[in-house]
Amino acid sequence: MSTKLATTNQPMISINNISKFFGDFRALDNVSLTVDRGEVLMIVGPSGSGKSTLLRCINHLEVPDAGNIIIDGKQVTPKERELNAIRAEVGMVFQRFELFPHLTVLENICLAQQKVRNSSRSESEKVARGLLEKVGIPEQANKYPPKLSGGQQQRVAIARSLAMQPKVILFDEPTSALDPEMINEVLDVMLTLAREGMTMVVVSHEMGFARKAAHQVVFMDGGTIVEQGTPDQVFGAPQHERTKLFLSRILH
Amino acid sequence: MAVDLPPSTSLQPPTNKRFNWRTFPWWLVAIGLIIAYMGYRIIDDPEYTSIFEAILTGLGTTLMVTGISFICALILGLVLGLGRVSRNVILRNLSIGYIEFIRGVPILVLIFTISFAIVPALSNGLGLNASNVSLTVRAIIALVLIYAAYIAEIFRAGIESISRGQMEAARSLGLTHAQAMRYVILPQAFRNVLPALGNDLIAILKDSSLVSVLGVREITQVSRLSVSSSFKYEETYFILTAFYLTMTLVLSLLLQWLQRKMSSNVH
Repeated sequence: MSTKLATTNQPMISINNISKFFGDFRALDNVSLTVDRGEVLMIVGPSGSGKSTLLRCINHLEVPDAGNIIIDGKQVTPKERELNAIRAEVGMVFQRFELFPHLTVLENICLAQQKVRNSSRSESEKVARGLLEKVGIPEQANKYPPKLSGGQQQRVAIARSLAMQPKVILFDEPTSALDPEMINEVLDVMLTLAREGMTMVVVSHEMGFARKAAHQVVFMDGGTIVEQGTPDQVFGAPQHERTKLFLSRILH
Repeated sequence: MAVDLPPSTSLQPPTNKRFNWRTFPWWLVAIGLIIAYMGYRIIDDPEYTSIFEAILTGLGTTLMVTGISFICALILGLVLGLGRVSRNVILRNLSIGYIEFIRGVPILVLIFTISFAIVPALSNGLGLNASNVSLTVRAIIALVLIYAAYIAEIFRAGIESISRGQMEAARSLGLTHAQAMRYVILPQAFRNVLPALGNDLIAILKDSSLVSVLGVREITQVSRLSVSSSFKYEETYFILTAFYLTMTLVLSLLLQWLQRKMSSNVH
Protein backbone atom coordinates (compact mmCIF):
# COMPACT_ATOMS: atom_id res chain seq x y z
CA MET A 1 0.00 0.00 0.00
CA SER A 2 2.32 2.71 1.22
CA THR A 3 5.82 3.35 0.08
CA LYS A 4 8.83 3.37 2.33
CA LEU A 5 10.83 6.54 2.41
CA ALA A 6 14.32 5.14 2.39
CA THR A 7 16.53 8.21 2.79
CA THR A 8 19.48 6.29 4.15
CA ASN A 9 20.19 2.65 4.66
CA GLN A 10 20.55 3.04 8.38
CA PRO A 11 17.44 1.68 10.15
CA MET A 12 15.33 4.13 12.20
CA ILE A 13 15.28 1.81 15.19
CA SER A 14 17.52 -1.10 15.89
CA ILE A 15 16.84 -3.19 18.92
CA ASN A 16 19.82 -5.38 19.79
CA ASN A 17 19.59 -8.37 22.15
CA ILE A 18 17.23 -6.79 24.65
CA SER A 19 16.36 -8.65 27.85
CA LYS A 20 14.15 -7.43 30.64
CA PHE A 21 13.28 -9.01 33.98
CA PHE A 22 10.52 -8.12 36.41
CA GLY A 23 11.81 -9.83 39.54
CA ASP A 24 12.30 -13.44 38.45
CA PHE A 25 9.96 -13.08 35.50
CA ARG A 26 11.72 -12.81 32.18
CA ALA A 27 9.55 -10.39 30.22
CA LEU A 28 11.94 -10.11 27.26
CA ASP A 29 14.50 -12.69 26.31
CA ASN A 30 17.27 -11.55 23.96
CA VAL A 31 15.02 -9.78 21.46
CA SER A 32 16.46 -8.16 18.34
CA LEU A 33 14.53 -6.23 15.73
CA THR A 34 15.01 -3.43 13.25
CA VAL A 35 12.53 -0.87 11.99
CA ASP A 36 13.33 0.96 8.77
CA ARG A 37 12.54 4.58 8.01
CA GLY A 38 8.90 4.99 7.09
CA GLU A 39 8.14 1.44 8.10
CA VAL A 40 5.00 0.45 10.00
CA LEU A 41 5.77 -2.44 12.31
CA MET A 42 2.95 -4.27 14.08
CA ILE A 43 3.62 -6.32 17.17
CA VAL A 44 0.99 -8.92 18.05
CA GLY A 45 0.88 -11.60 20.71
CA PRO A 46 -1.03 -12.83 23.74
CA SER A 47 -1.07 -10.76 26.93
CA GLY A 48 2.12 -11.26 28.90
CA SER A 49 4.07 -12.01 25.72
CA GLY A 50 6.29 -8.98 26.27
CA LYS A 51 4.99 -6.88 23.39
CA SER A 52 4.18 -3.81 25.48
CA THR A 53 7.41 -4.19 27.43
CA LEU A 54 9.36 -4.24 24.18
CA LEU A 55 7.60 -1.07 23.04
CA ARG A 56 8.24 0.64 26.39
CA CYS A 57 11.90 -0.33 26.23
CA ILE A 58 12.31 1.63 23.00
CA ASN A 59 11.90 5.00 24.77
CA HIS A 60 13.17 3.59 28.07
CA LEU A 61 9.93 3.83 30.01
CA GLU A 62 11.28 0.43 30.95
CA VAL A 63 15.05 0.30 31.09
CA PRO A 64 16.24 -3.01 29.61
CA ASP A 65 18.52 -5.16 31.73
CA ALA A 66 20.66 -6.18 28.76
CA GLY A 67 21.13 -5.16 25.16
CA ASN A 68 20.84 -1.77 23.55
CA ILE A 69 18.54 0.30 21.38
CA ILE A 70 19.67 2.69 18.70
CA ILE A 71 17.23 5.29 17.35
CA ASP A 72 18.33 7.20 14.25
CA GLY A 73 21.96 6.50 15.00
CA LYS A 74 21.81 7.48 18.65
CA GLN A 75 21.98 4.90 21.41
CA VAL A 76 19.23 5.28 24.00
CA THR A 77 20.78 5.67 27.44
CA PRO A 78 19.29 6.06 30.90
CA LYS A 79 21.23 9.35 31.27
CA GLU A 80 18.60 12.00 31.89
CA ARG A 81 19.67 14.74 29.54
CA GLU A 82 20.32 12.53 26.53
CA LEU A 83 17.26 10.42 27.22
CA ASN A 84 14.99 13.48 27.34
CA ALA A 85 16.35 14.63 23.99
CA ILE A 86 15.66 11.22 22.45
CA ARG A 87 12.20 10.97 24.00
CA ALA A 88 11.26 14.33 22.52
CA GLU A 89 11.80 12.75 19.09
CA VAL A 90 9.91 9.54 19.85
CA GLY A 91 6.17 9.99 20.20
CA MET A 92 4.10 7.63 22.30
CA VAL A 93 0.37 6.95 22.29
CA PHE A 94 -1.05 5.06 25.25
CA GLN A 95 -3.90 2.64 25.64
CA ARG A 96 -5.61 4.93 28.15
CA PHE A 97 -4.78 8.15 26.25
CA GLU A 98 -3.12 9.78 29.27
CA LEU A 99 -4.11 13.28 28.28
CA PHE A 100 -3.54 15.83 31.03
CA PRO A 101 -7.05 16.36 32.44
CA HIS A 102 -6.31 19.75 34.04
CA LEU A 103 -5.23 21.28 30.71
CA THR A 104 -7.39 22.07 27.70
CA VAL A 105 -6.95 20.08 24.51
CA LEU A 106 -4.93 22.96 23.07
CA GLU A 107 -2.73 23.22 26.17
CA ASN A 108 -2.16 19.46 26.10
CA ILE A 109 -0.69 19.79 22.62
CA CYS A 110 1.28 22.95 23.45
CA LEU A 111 2.87 21.94 26.77
CA ALA A 112 5.86 19.99 25.49
CA GLN A 113 6.40 22.33 22.54
CA GLN A 114 6.77 25.21 24.98
CA LYS A 115 8.68 23.48 27.77
CA VAL A 116 10.90 21.14 25.76
CA ARG A 117 11.27 22.95 22.46
CA ASN A 118 10.98 26.47 23.95
CA SER A 119 8.59 27.44 21.20
CA SER A 120 6.48 30.54 21.76
CA ARG A 121 2.86 30.44 22.82
CA SER A 122 1.54 31.69 19.50
CA GLU A 123 3.80 29.42 17.48
CA SER A 124 2.87 26.33 19.50
CA GLU A 125 -0.84 27.14 19.34
CA LYS A 126 -0.60 27.51 15.60
CA VAL A 127 0.98 24.07 15.37
CA ALA A 128 -1.61 22.64 17.76
CA ARG A 129 -4.56 24.03 15.80
CA GLY A 130 -3.11 22.68 12.58
CA LEU A 131 -2.76 19.24 14.12
CA LEU A 132 -6.30 19.29 15.53
CA GLU A 133 -7.45 20.06 12.01
CA LYS A 134 -5.45 17.09 10.79
CA VAL A 135 -7.00 14.67 13.30
CA GLY A 136 -10.43 16.10 12.53
CA ILE A 137 -11.46 17.83 15.78
CA PRO A 138 -10.51 21.51 15.50
CA GLU A 139 -13.70 22.53 17.32
CA GLN A 140 -12.59 20.76 20.53
CA ALA A 141 -9.51 22.94 21.11
CA ASN A 142 -10.73 24.70 24.23
CA LYS A 143 -12.44 21.77 25.91
CA TYR A 144 -10.98 19.69 28.70
CA PRO A 145 -10.13 16.08 27.82
CA PRO A 146 -12.69 14.39 30.14
CA LYS A 147 -15.44 16.09 28.12
CA LEU A 148 -14.34 14.30 24.94
CA SER A 149 -15.24 10.82 23.74
CA GLY A 150 -12.58 8.14 23.90
CA GLY A 151 -11.95 8.30 20.18
CA GLN A 152 -11.56 12.07 20.30
CA GLN A 153 -9.22 11.81 23.28
CA GLN A 154 -7.02 9.33 21.48
CA ARG A 155 -6.89 11.58 18.42
CA VAL A 156 -5.80 14.47 20.67
CA ALA A 157 -3.13 12.17 22.12
CA ILE A 158 -1.87 11.47 18.60
CA ALA A 159 -1.86 15.21 17.84
CA ARG A 160 0.05 15.80 21.08
CA SER A 161 2.81 13.43 20.04
CA LEU A 162 2.85 14.80 16.48
CA ALA A 163 3.42 18.31 17.84
CA MET A 164 6.98 17.32 18.71
CA GLN A 165 7.62 16.36 15.07
CA PRO A 166 8.73 12.89 16.11
CA LYS A 167 10.83 10.58 14.00
CA VAL A 168 8.90 7.59 15.29
CA ILE A 169 5.60 7.09 17.06
CA LEU A 170 5.04 4.17 19.39
CA PHE A 171 1.43 3.02 19.77
CA ASP A 172 0.65 0.90 22.83
CA GLU A 173 -2.72 -0.77 22.12
CA PRO A 174 -4.21 2.53 20.92
CA THR A 175 -7.71 1.16 20.32
CA SER A 176 -8.08 -1.35 23.17
CA ALA A 177 -9.79 1.06 25.55
CA LEU A 178 -12.21 2.39 22.93
CA ASP A 179 -15.85 1.59 22.31
CA PRO A 180 -16.16 -0.34 19.04
CA GLU A 181 -17.77 2.52 17.13
CA MET A 182 -14.81 4.79 17.88
CA ILE A 183 -12.04 2.48 16.80
CA ASN A 184 -12.16 3.45 13.14
CA GLU A 185 -11.80 7.18 13.67
CA VAL A 186 -8.49 6.49 15.43
CA LEU A 187 -7.35 3.90 12.90
CA ASP A 188 -8.10 6.35 10.09
CA VAL A 189 -5.74 8.90 11.61
CA MET A 190 -3.10 6.20 12.01
CA LEU A 191 -3.58 5.13 8.39
CA THR A 192 -3.05 8.70 7.24
CA LEU A 193 0.19 8.90 9.21
CA ALA A 194 1.34 5.60 7.74
CA ARG A 195 0.65 6.83 4.21
CA GLU A 196 2.60 10.00 4.93
CA GLY A 197 5.62 7.89 5.72
CA MET A 198 5.71 8.12 9.52
CA THR A 199 7.76 5.39 11.13
CA MET A 200 5.38 3.57 13.47
CA VAL A 201 5.65 0.72 15.93
CA VAL A 202 2.17 -0.47 16.81
CA VAL A 203 1.19 -2.97 19.48
CA SER A 204 -2.33 -3.90 18.45
CA HIS A 205 -4.55 -6.71 17.26
CA GLU A 206 -6.32 -4.61 14.63
CA MET A 207 -6.01 -6.98 11.67
CA GLY A 208 -7.63 -4.55 9.28
CA PHE A 209 -5.04 -1.91 10.05
CA ALA A 210 -2.27 -4.48 9.79
CA ARG A 211 -3.36 -5.57 6.32
CA LYS A 212 -3.79 -2.00 5.08
CA ALA A 213 -0.73 -0.36 6.60
CA ALA A 214 1.81 -2.70 8.15
CA HIS A 215 5.01 -3.56 6.33
CA GLN A 216 6.13 -6.02 8.91
CA VAL A 217 4.33 -8.05 11.56
CA VAL A 218 6.03 -9.58 14.57
CA PHE A 219 4.38 -12.29 16.64
CA MET A 220 5.67 -12.49 20.20
CA ASP A 221 5.15 -15.07 22.89
CA GLY A 222 6.94 -15.73 26.17
CA GLY A 223 9.24 -12.74 25.79
CA THR A 224 10.63 -13.79 22.41
CA ILE A 225 9.86 -13.17 18.76
CA VAL A 226 8.26 -16.35 17.48
CA GLU A 227 7.60 -15.31 13.94
CA GLN A 228 8.00 -12.26 11.75
CA GLY A 229 7.21 -11.32 8.18
CA THR A 230 4.76 -9.41 6.04
CA PRO A 231 1.11 -9.33 7.18
CA ASP A 232 0.25 -11.86 4.48
CA GLN A 233 2.97 -14.23 5.61
CA VAL A 234 2.22 -14.03 9.34
CA PHE A 235 -1.56 -13.88 9.17
CA GLY A 236 -2.06 -15.82 5.93
CA ALA A 237 0.44 -18.60 6.31
CA PRO A 238 1.77 -18.78 9.87
CA GLN A 239 4.62 -21.26 10.27
CA HIS A 240 4.55 -21.86 14.00
CA GLU A 241 1.93 -23.69 16.06
CA ARG A 242 1.79 -20.94 18.65
CA THR A 243 1.11 -18.33 15.97
CA LYS A 244 -1.64 -20.48 14.43
CA LEU A 245 -3.25 -21.08 17.80
CA PHE A 246 -3.12 -17.38 18.68
CA LEU A 247 -4.52 -16.27 15.33
CA SER A 248 -7.31 -18.83 15.46
CA ARG A 249 -8.34 -17.33 18.80
CA ILE A 250 -8.37 -13.69 17.78
CA LEU A 251 -9.81 -14.20 14.32
CA HIS A 252 -12.67 -16.36 15.65
CA MET B 1 -20.31 14.51 51.11
CA ALA B 2 -22.36 11.49 50.15
CA VAL B 3 -26.05 12.09 50.12
CA ASP B 4 -28.31 9.19 50.97
CA LEU B 5 -31.37 9.28 48.83
CA PRO B 6 -34.53 7.98 50.46
CA PRO B 7 -35.99 4.81 48.96
CA SER B 8 -38.30 6.02 46.25
CA THR B 9 -41.91 5.21 46.90
CA SER B 10 -43.23 6.28 43.54
CA LEU B 11 -41.95 6.25 39.99
CA GLN B 12 -41.40 10.01 40.15
CA PRO B 13 -37.74 10.93 39.85
CA PRO B 14 -36.50 12.43 43.13
CA THR B 15 -36.36 16.22 42.92
CA ASN B 16 -33.72 18.27 44.66
CA LYS B 17 -36.07 21.08 45.50
CA ARG B 18 -38.47 19.18 47.75
CA PHE B 19 -37.70 19.39 51.46
CA ASN B 20 -36.16 16.14 52.59
CA TRP B 21 -36.05 15.59 56.35
CA ARG B 22 -33.61 12.73 55.95
CA THR B 23 -30.90 14.77 54.27
CA PHE B 24 -31.59 18.10 55.97
CA PRO B 25 -28.55 19.20 58.07
CA TRP B 26 -30.24 19.17 61.48
CA TRP B 27 -26.86 19.17 63.20
CA LEU B 28 -26.11 22.53 61.64
CA VAL B 29 -29.36 23.93 63.03
CA ALA B 30 -28.48 22.60 66.50
CA ILE B 31 -24.99 24.10 66.49
CA GLY B 32 -26.33 27.30 64.98
CA LEU B 33 -28.86 27.56 67.81
CA ILE B 34 -26.15 27.10 70.43
CA ILE B 35 -24.06 29.86 68.84
CA ALA B 36 -27.11 32.10 68.48
CA TYR B 37 -28.00 31.56 72.13
CA MET B 38 -24.47 32.52 73.18
CA GLY B 39 -24.69 35.58 70.96
CA TYR B 40 -27.94 36.53 72.67
CA ARG B 41 -26.41 36.13 76.13
CA ILE B 42 -23.39 38.22 75.12
CA ILE B 43 -25.64 41.06 73.99
CA ASP B 44 -28.14 40.69 76.80
CA ASP B 45 -25.95 40.06 79.84
CA PRO B 46 -23.35 42.77 80.72
CA GLU B 47 -21.19 40.15 82.46
CA TYR B 48 -21.08 38.10 79.29
CA THR B 49 -20.42 41.25 77.29
CA SER B 50 -17.35 42.17 79.30
CA ILE B 51 -15.93 38.63 79.12
CA PHE B 52 -16.62 38.54 75.39
CA GLU B 53 -14.75 41.80 74.94
CA ALA B 54 -11.82 40.48 76.98
CA ILE B 55 -11.56 37.35 74.84
CA LEU B 56 -11.92 39.39 71.66
CA THR B 57 -8.54 41.01 72.39
CA GLY B 58 -6.88 37.66 71.68
CA LEU B 59 -8.70 36.98 68.42
CA GLY B 60 -6.19 38.83 66.26
CA THR B 61 -3.35 36.77 67.69
CA THR B 62 -5.23 33.50 67.16
CA LEU B 63 -5.98 34.37 63.55
CA MET B 64 -2.47 35.62 62.88
CA VAL B 65 -0.78 32.58 64.43
CA THR B 66 -3.14 30.27 62.50
CA GLY B 67 -2.77 32.06 59.16
CA ILE B 68 1.02 32.47 59.17
CA SER B 69 1.56 28.94 60.49
CA PHE B 70 -0.70 27.42 57.86
CA ILE B 71 0.90 29.23 54.92
CA CYS B 72 4.45 28.43 56.06
CA ALA B 73 3.49 24.83 56.86
CA LEU B 74 2.03 24.49 53.36
CA ILE B 75 5.32 25.53 51.78
CA LEU B 76 7.51 23.38 54.06
CA GLY B 77 5.00 20.54 53.75
CA LEU B 78 5.18 20.64 49.96
CA VAL B 79 8.99 20.50 50.11
CA LEU B 80 8.87 17.58 52.55
CA GLY B 81 6.17 15.83 50.52
CA LEU B 82 8.26 16.09 47.37
CA GLY B 83 11.25 14.78 49.32
CA ARG B 84 9.06 11.95 50.59
CA VAL B 85 8.39 10.73 47.02
CA SER B 86 11.85 11.64 45.68
CA ARG B 87 13.96 9.00 43.97
CA ASN B 88 16.97 10.44 45.81
CA VAL B 89 17.72 8.09 48.73
CA ILE B 90 19.12 10.80 51.00
CA LEU B 91 16.28 13.27 50.41
CA ARG B 92 13.66 10.59 50.82
CA ASN B 93 15.10 9.26 54.07
CA LEU B 94 15.58 12.75 55.51
CA SER B 95 11.94 13.56 54.73
CA ILE B 96 10.54 10.29 56.05
CA GLY B 97 12.71 10.55 59.16
CA TYR B 98 11.47 14.07 59.87
CA ILE B 99 7.82 13.21 59.25
CA GLU B 100 7.91 10.10 61.42
CA PHE B 101 9.76 11.96 64.19
CA ILE B 102 7.14 14.72 64.35
CA ARG B 103 4.18 12.39 64.04
CA GLY B 104 5.54 10.20 66.84
CA VAL B 105 5.50 12.93 69.50
CA PRO B 106 2.43 14.65 71.00
CA ILE B 107 1.86 18.17 69.69
CA LEU B 108 1.86 19.70 73.17
CA VAL B 109 5.23 18.11 73.96
CA LEU B 110 6.63 19.30 70.63
CA ILE B 111 5.53 22.85 71.36
CA PHE B 112 7.62 22.78 74.55
CA THR B 113 10.55 21.01 72.91
CA ILE B 114 10.69 23.31 69.91
CA SER B 115 10.15 26.53 71.86
CA PHE B 116 12.44 25.86 74.79
CA ALA B 117 15.03 23.46 73.40
CA ILE B 118 15.29 23.55 69.62
CA VAL B 119 14.82 27.30 69.03
CA PRO B 120 17.41 28.26 71.71
CA ALA B 121 19.84 25.63 70.41
CA LEU B 122 19.43 26.83 66.82
CA SER B 123 19.76 30.49 67.87
CA ASN B 124 22.99 29.68 69.72
CA GLY B 125 24.24 27.77 66.72
CA LEU B 126 23.57 30.79 64.53
CA GLY B 127 25.17 33.08 67.06
CA LEU B 128 21.89 34.80 67.93
CA ASN B 129 20.40 35.54 71.31
CA ALA B 130 17.42 33.23 71.82
CA SER B 131 15.75 35.71 74.18
CA ASN B 132 15.23 37.98 71.17
CA VAL B 133 12.90 35.41 69.66
CA SER B 134 9.47 36.19 71.06
CA LEU B 135 7.21 33.46 72.33
CA THR B 136 4.70 34.21 69.57
CA VAL B 137 7.39 33.62 66.96
CA ARG B 138 8.41 30.41 68.75
CA ALA B 139 4.78 29.31 68.76
CA ILE B 140 4.54 29.90 65.02
CA ILE B 141 7.82 28.07 64.39
CA ALA B 142 6.53 25.14 66.45
CA LEU B 143 3.18 24.94 64.62
CA VAL B 144 4.92 25.21 61.24
CA LEU B 145 7.43 22.46 62.03
CA ILE B 146 4.67 20.21 63.37
CA TYR B 147 2.02 20.76 60.71
CA ALA B 148 4.52 20.63 57.83
CA ALA B 149 4.95 16.94 58.67
CA TYR B 150 1.21 16.29 58.55
CA ILE B 151 0.76 18.34 55.39
CA ALA B 152 3.71 16.54 53.75
CA GLU B 153 1.80 13.28 54.11
CA ILE B 154 -1.23 14.89 52.47
CA PHE B 155 0.89 16.02 49.53
CA ARG B 156 2.50 12.57 49.29
CA ALA B 157 -0.91 10.93 49.11
CA GLY B 158 -2.01 13.50 46.51
CA ILE B 159 1.02 12.90 44.31
CA GLU B 160 0.62 9.14 44.60
CA SER B 161 -3.06 9.43 43.68
CA ILE B 162 -2.11 10.53 40.15
CA SER B 163 -1.75 7.52 37.88
CA ARG B 164 1.71 6.47 36.75
CA GLY B 165 0.60 6.89 33.15
CA GLN B 166 0.47 10.68 33.59
CA MET B 167 4.15 10.79 34.51
CA GLU B 168 4.97 8.39 31.67
CA ALA B 169 3.04 10.48 29.14
CA ALA B 170 4.84 13.63 30.28
CA ARG B 171 8.25 11.96 30.20
CA SER B 172 7.60 10.39 26.81
CA LEU B 173 7.15 13.93 25.43
CA GLY B 174 10.66 14.78 26.62
CA LEU B 175 9.75 16.73 29.75
CA THR B 176 12.22 16.36 32.63
CA HIS B 177 11.08 14.75 35.86
CA ALA B 178 10.91 18.18 37.50
CA GLN B 179 8.88 19.66 34.63
CA ALA B 180 6.50 16.71 34.67
CA MET B 181 5.99 17.20 38.40
CA ARG B 182 5.43 20.92 38.10
CA TYR B 183 3.19 21.06 35.04
CA VAL B 184 1.42 17.70 35.10
CA ILE B 185 1.45 15.93 38.47
CA LEU B 186 1.32 18.71 41.08
CA PRO B 187 -1.59 20.73 39.62
CA GLN B 188 -3.72 17.59 39.62
CA ALA B 189 -2.46 16.45 43.03
CA PHE B 190 -3.13 19.87 44.54
CA ARG B 191 -6.73 19.81 43.40
CA ASN B 192 -7.20 16.34 44.90
CA VAL B 193 -5.83 17.31 48.31
CA LEU B 194 -7.68 20.61 48.79
CA PRO B 195 -10.30 19.09 51.13
CA ALA B 196 -7.58 17.48 53.26
CA LEU B 197 -5.65 20.75 53.40
CA GLY B 198 -8.83 22.50 54.48
CA ASN B 199 -9.17 20.03 57.34
CA ASP B 200 -5.62 20.83 58.41
CA LEU B 201 -6.34 24.55 58.37
CA ILE B 202 -9.18 23.91 60.81
CA ALA B 203 -6.90 21.65 62.84
CA ILE B 204 -4.23 24.37 63.10
CA LEU B 205 -6.87 26.86 64.18
CA LYS B 206 -7.88 24.54 67.02
CA ASP B 207 -4.33 23.58 67.93
CA SER B 208 -3.31 27.23 68.09
CA SER B 209 -5.00 27.06 71.52
CA LEU B 210 -2.11 24.84 72.64
CA VAL B 211 0.36 27.70 72.35
CA SER B 212 -1.38 29.27 75.34
CA VAL B 213 1.07 27.14 77.33
CA LEU B 214 3.78 29.49 76.07
CA GLY B 215 1.87 32.50 77.36
CA VAL B 216 1.02 33.71 73.87
CA ARG B 217 -2.02 35.91 74.32
CA GLU B 218 -4.38 34.22 71.92
CA ILE B 219 -8.01 33.64 72.88
CA THR B 220 -7.41 30.61 75.10
CA GLN B 221 -4.64 32.30 77.05
CA VAL B 222 -6.66 35.51 77.35
CA SER B 223 -9.57 33.48 78.70
CA ARG B 224 -7.39 31.74 81.24
CA LEU B 225 -5.97 35.06 82.41
CA SER B 226 -9.47 36.50 82.64
CA VAL B 227 -10.74 33.55 84.66
CA SER B 228 -7.83 33.72 87.09
CA SER B 229 -9.01 37.10 88.27
CA SER B 230 -12.77 36.92 87.69
CA PHE B 231 -13.40 33.25 88.68
CA LYS B 232 -16.27 33.22 86.16
CA TYR B 233 -15.40 29.78 84.81
CA GLU B 234 -18.75 28.89 83.34
CA GLU B 235 -19.31 32.12 81.40
CA THR B 236 -15.72 32.41 80.18
CA TYR B 237 -15.30 28.88 78.93
CA PHE B 238 -18.73 28.79 77.32
CA ILE B 239 -17.89 31.93 75.39
CA LEU B 240 -14.43 30.62 74.48
CA THR B 241 -16.02 27.41 73.20
CA ALA B 242 -18.49 29.44 71.14
CA PHE B 243 -15.57 31.39 69.65
CA TYR B 244 -13.85 28.25 68.37
CA LEU B 245 -17.09 26.64 67.28
CA THR B 246 -18.07 29.69 65.24
CA MET B 247 -14.70 29.94 63.54
CA THR B 248 -14.42 26.24 62.70
CA LEU B 249 -18.00 26.10 61.48
CA VAL B 250 -17.58 29.13 59.25
CA LEU B 251 -14.31 27.73 57.87
CA SER B 252 -15.78 24.32 57.27
CA LEU B 253 -18.84 25.71 55.46
CA LEU B 254 -16.57 27.98 53.43
CA LEU B 255 -14.39 25.04 52.44
CA GLN B 256 -17.41 22.94 51.48
CA TRP B 257 -18.70 25.76 49.34
CA LEU B 258 -15.29 26.19 47.71
CA GLN B 259 -15.07 22.46 47.05
CA ARG B 260 -18.53 22.33 45.51
CA LYS B 261 -17.68 25.30 43.33
CA MET B 262 -14.46 23.68 42.18
CA SER B 263 -16.03 20.32 41.45
CA SER B 264 -18.79 21.98 39.43
CA ASN B 265 -16.05 23.78 37.48
CA VAL B 266 -14.36 20.51 36.68
CA HIS B 267 -14.35 20.37 33.01
